[in-house]
Amino acid sequence: MTTGTAGTAVTAGTPGTDAAEEVTRAAQEAVFDAAVAADERIEPRDWMPEAYRATLVRQIAQHAHSEIIGMQPEANWITRAPSLRRKAILMAKVQDEAGHGLYLYSAAETLGVSRDELLDKLHSGRQKYSSIFNYPTLTWADVGAIGWLVDGAAITNQVPLCRCSYGPYARAMVRVCKEESFHQRQGYEALLALSRGTEAQHAMAQDAVDRWWWPSLMMFGPPDDESSHSAQSMAWKIKRHSNDELRQRFVDIAAPQAEALGLTLPDPDLKWNEERGHYDFGPIDWAEFWDVLKGNGPCNDQRITKRRQAHEDGAWVREAAAAYARKHTGQHGEAQA
Amino acid sequence: MTGTDTTTAPATAGAAVTAPAPTGADPAVTAAALALGDDALVLAQRLGEWAGSAPVLEEEVALANIALDLLGQARILLSLAGDEDELAFLREERAFRNLQLVEQPNGDFAHTIARQLYFSTYQRLLYAALAAGDGPLAGLAAKAVKEVAYHQDHAEQWTLRLGDGTEESRRRMQTACDALWRYTGEPFQPLGGLDVDPTTLETAWLDSVTAVLTRAGLTVPAGPRTGAWRAGAGRQGLHTESFGRMLAEMQHLHRSHPGATW
Repeated sequence: MTTGTAGTAVTAGTPGTDAAEEVTRAAQEAVFDAAVAADERIEPRDWMPEAYRATLVRQIAQHAHSEIIGMQPEANWITRAPSLRRKAILMAKVQDEAGHGLYLYSAAETLGVSRDELLDKLHSGRQKYSSIFNYPTLTWADVGAIGWLVDGAAITNQVPLCRCSYGPYARAMVRVCKEESFHQRQGYEALLALSRGTEAQHAMAQDAVDRWWWPSLMMFGPPDDESSHSAQSMAWKIKRHSNDELRQRFVDIAAPQAEALGLTLPDPDLKWNEERGHYDFGPIDWAEFWDVLKGNGPCNDQRITKRRQAHEDGAWVREAAAAYARKHTGQHGEAQA
Repeated sequence: MTGTDTTTAPATAGAAVTAPAPTGADPAVTAAALALGDDALVLAQRLGEWAGSAPVLEEEVALANIALDLLGQARILLSLAGDEDELAFLREERAFRNLQLVEQPNGDFAHTIARQLYFSTYQRLLYAALAAGDGPLAGLAAKAVKEVAYHQDHAEQWTLRLGDGTEESRRRMQTACDALWRYTGEPFQPLGGLDVDPTTLETAWLDSVTAVLTRAGLTVPAGPRTGAWRAGAGRQGLHTESFGRMLAEMQHLHRSHPGATW
């Protein structure tokens, strides 16, 4: 990072002690910068610039919200899964997502924000979740397509986060990525079964891939020259690769997998470029991306309404647990939800 | 549906399906496995309906965990009776042998917890007794009883919190306990094919549930423990109205693609 971005902003206060504080702050910042430069981890008790803390809170919260909102489109198929084996796999996957939400809210709590605060921000629209979950799961094959493409894109994004400069986030991501790789494999395998199944099943798989391909490419965020947070996050080593780099990496992995699946990707421009050593692909409809992000996707209202409803319906349960804990504190510390 | 007309006698339920029953040909054991498997399957299905709607994130994990345990038990038990997917997806409502208790709709969180308390207390007693014997289900029961001990503990802890939490939670929990009480006689009807007689577990069940409800400041329901249906109706394929809808949702995709593999 460049020095002085956060530290110099606090110098306009009262004279006197400020000079001493500024010296201390400069020293703290130097320690922080050196740690980031040396690829050391920043831990909760370490000093960190306020902007670094705020960036992490925003990113980790958005990630946590994505996990719990992301449960909805897949939970949509738990009760209808077509075999008991698929039902068990899907239940385990959705359970993992709840677990990821827990790790990530815990990681955010190390930065001084509570889960309740973050949930309030989600429910009131002040914090976002991944736009991909504003698309509907219309058929069983969507569960496979989400596993293969959406979780595949998520892994591409998240593996570098295991080396993120903030320790609790990096450690949470190690565990998350292990489970995500199971999610991606089960999705691929579910699609393979459909692709090799009856004609109707194959068509179901192709339709799902057609609908999920472009939104999956949008998951990497806007192109590098339009990404508002990227440069600073890369300097802080929160982020390790640019949006476009990661998107290309994902396309390079997914294109041959589609062939192996016996399915096509809905992009006439998709082809191997020998010279670049990468797949070329067609233009992304960024108007759609921004529109969905602004709240106009097919399920934005539905997802947040359901989330708020679950939260409101559960209020009496949480209040009961809190009341019980108050009555019984001192006896056991375990009386909590 | 084809090939699995089991509405007349539970013992024939496995006979029409293709997979051989690993335990051999004892139809009474097969029927018992089917009954216990249906309990686990149906409750797993109900708990699966909670995904994304639990009152707190920890309960998303807990309810899914219990559902997964039950689904795992169901798959083993149904496989003793035939092909798990044929049995789960191609039987009609009247061929299911589960207790009426487990098919009851989730209701609010208090109803889900009351159902879980009543069922897991029964299931733990039954599986502990089966695990102590040397019958064909002893191995499965020995593994399952450890899972069920957690389910029971989870239900008891929530019964205490809700009963002794706020006025609203106490009222809701009492309502739920009362509403489901009429389904709690059925588990203790005789069930052939087991080396444990379920009727011998009833006193221990009542003692255990009474102790938890009392600790929670709840009143032990006074009504009858069976409804207008004869006790044991679920085990004979007589279910409650919501069960058909639950099955319709569970089975429709599988049935829409006859012969497909997934």
